[in-house]
Amino acid sequence: MAKRNTKVDVFTVDGVGEHKKKFLVELLRQMTLIRRFEEKAAQMYGLRKIGGFCHLYNGQEAVAVGAISALDLKHDYVLTAYRDHGHALAVGMEPNAIMAELYGKITGCSRGKGGSMHMFDAEKHFLGGNGIVGAQIPMATGTAFAQMYWKKVMGEKQTGVTLCFFGDGAIHQGAFHESLNLAAVWKLPVIYIVENNQFGMGTAVHRVSSVEDFEIKATGFDMPGMTIDGMNVIAVHDGIRKAREQAQADETPILIDIKTYRYKGHSMSDPAKYRTREQLEQFQQQDPILVLKATMIDAKMIDDDEYKKIDDDVKKVVNESVEFAENSDEPPVETMYEDIYA
Amino acid sequence: MAEISIRDALNQALDEEMARDERVFLLGEEVGEYNGAYKVSRGLLDKYGAPRVLDTPIAELGFTGLAVGAATVGLRPVVEWMTFNFALLALDQVINNAAKMRHMSGGQLNVPIVFRGPNGPAEYLSSQHSQALQSLFVHIPGLKVASYATPYDAKGILKSAIRDDNPVVLIESEMAYAWTGEVPDEEYTIPLGKADVKREGSDITLITYSKPLRMVLEAASELESMGVSAEVIDLRSLRPLDEQAIYASVRKTNRAVVIDESWPMASVGSHVAWLISRNCFDVLDAQVELVCSEDVPMPYNHRMELAVQPSVEKIIDASKRVLYME
Repeated sequence: MAKRNTKVDVFTVDGVGEHKKKFLVELLRQMTLIRRFEEKAAQMYGLRKIGGFCHLYNGQEAVAVGAISALDLKHDYVLTAYRDHGHALAVGMEPNAIMAELYGKITGCSRGKGGSMHMFDAEKHFLGGNGIVGAQIPMATGTAFAQMYWKKVMGEKQTGVTLCFFGDGAIHQGAFHESLNLAAVWKLPVIYIVENNQFGMGTAVHRVSSVEDFEIKATGFDMPGMTIDGMNVIAVHDGIRKAREQAQADETPILIDIKTYRYKGHSMSDPAKYRTREQLEQFQQQDPILVLKATMIDAKMIDDDEYKKIDDDVKKVVNESVEFAENSDEPPVETMYEDIYA
Repeated sequence: MAEISIRDALNQALDEEMARDERVFLLGEEVGEYNGAYKVSRGLLDKYGAPRVLDTPIAELGFTGLAVGAATVGLRPVVEWMTFNFALLALDQVINNAAKMRHMSGGQLNVPIVFRGPNGPAEYLSSQHSQALQSLFVHIPGLKVASYATPYDAKGILKSAIRDDNPVVLIESEMAYAWTGEVPDEEYTIPLGKADVKREGSDITLITYSKPLRMVLEAASELESMGVSAEVIDLRSLRPLDEQAIYASVRKTNRAVVIDESWPMASVGSHVAWLISRNCFDVLDAQVELVCSEDVPMPYNHRMELAVQPSVEKIIDASKRVLYME
């Protein structure tokens, strides 16, 4: 069946834009860290050091890194779903605490109670790591409500915005539609980011969605919408920075469709037989890490040796996180009674 | 002491807590301009304005989840559900988010939030609007659940719930909003987790909570005229449950009847009856009886809907069985 899609403009950036080397090296480092961390997580999962559902972020690195680098986490908040390792690293959580959580150790960020799907860091304003599809969307609308409330009722001068990440699979939940309406009615500073990786588990977007370009849905809630090239980290950063300014200046929520692709299956148990090798390879040619690296080489900001050093450094960090997790203690069984009531 | 209704007691509690703490806000369907579907929030929009009192769209999942998010970063929302039947649409946010944030974050986050509204049968409302759904909430670790059937308890418990750092579900009853009773002029709170002896007695313990309290007290009076001294325990708090108060009474009377207006399977009443059987086995002189609703959806027909629910007669019959008076 033909889809009646309005043509949308995909925001992207050619070259390095206005960015300096130091900043771009940091984006490159973070994306490489996430890639190497996920590769290691997959390896440790294979060795049965990590159990349960484990959703990897390979291929989508530019989304979390580009978007979160545009934030001020003293004031802004970040919520995401269960594919959360990348966001946890991008907000600056320690790889050790994340790997230890994957191992279910007491030194994990959630004391071994959350696992892969539930990374949290209250101090860094990272509120999960949420396991029910779309259920973080009302909550994120609520943190944005608090940001409005602190300003309007409690007289706080500087309050931030909330970034709410979710997948294309979540967009058909009632929670999404109820939240966007509330955010529009109450003018809440929340940026809804569809990490559109083309598949809700094994179901291709076009099979279950009346539209494939989700920016269109913003119109129905009378809020600004935008589409961003999610394989280009500079485009994601610049787009979210612009959106953040607009959300604050105009007191408005914004819906952003970021087009990306996941290289691995939905979770570790998924061989991803619902897509073609050609499609995967097509996206891997636009790999966000390779794209940024090539862009920076073109701009003479970096050479292969420098990149190799970045890669070696993050591999070391990742290996240390495994060592840390291996050497950490199991949580004492009696801690099961803790962390339930304040 | 002033004689006021439960409705006004709840209104006073909301008003006092909103005045005391700027972080407290109220949201729900019709709580503002309409002054509340049951007038519990009367006058609060005029006094505090938006966004401290917020009329929401009819989107229980959305506004409940929004409140959970706001609580997670430090506000103290009071969510009014127009009825618990509609709260079913919001259950995911209560069970998967409010009750789990602290746990999943390894103790990093708290969710100080109150969910309240009328639960249980009223009259002539048929099956979608006459459900006592407390078991769904009481079942969940991470939630606190409490109830009240007097204005004194309503005010004191709501105030404590708003000050509590955990998610608290408060069970009210449409039929009981107009019930009156004395409330002190000076400020007070009632700690969550404490049952209350509503009537002292020595021959039998009648254990209940929420709206059935009134008919249980009536049954206790009738039993007195039959020469039976009944003690009435109002659980008030359902999670945590004040087990010691239950056992202390049963150890005195050696007999117990539990009265609960919800259905029998996996209910507060059936759990309390099991606890008594398990922990007071040596002192019981008879089986523990449970008076609850019939295991059927609520019919519209009035004679049938009364027959479904606990009644003074059913309570007295059950009491007679455990007293071997038949």
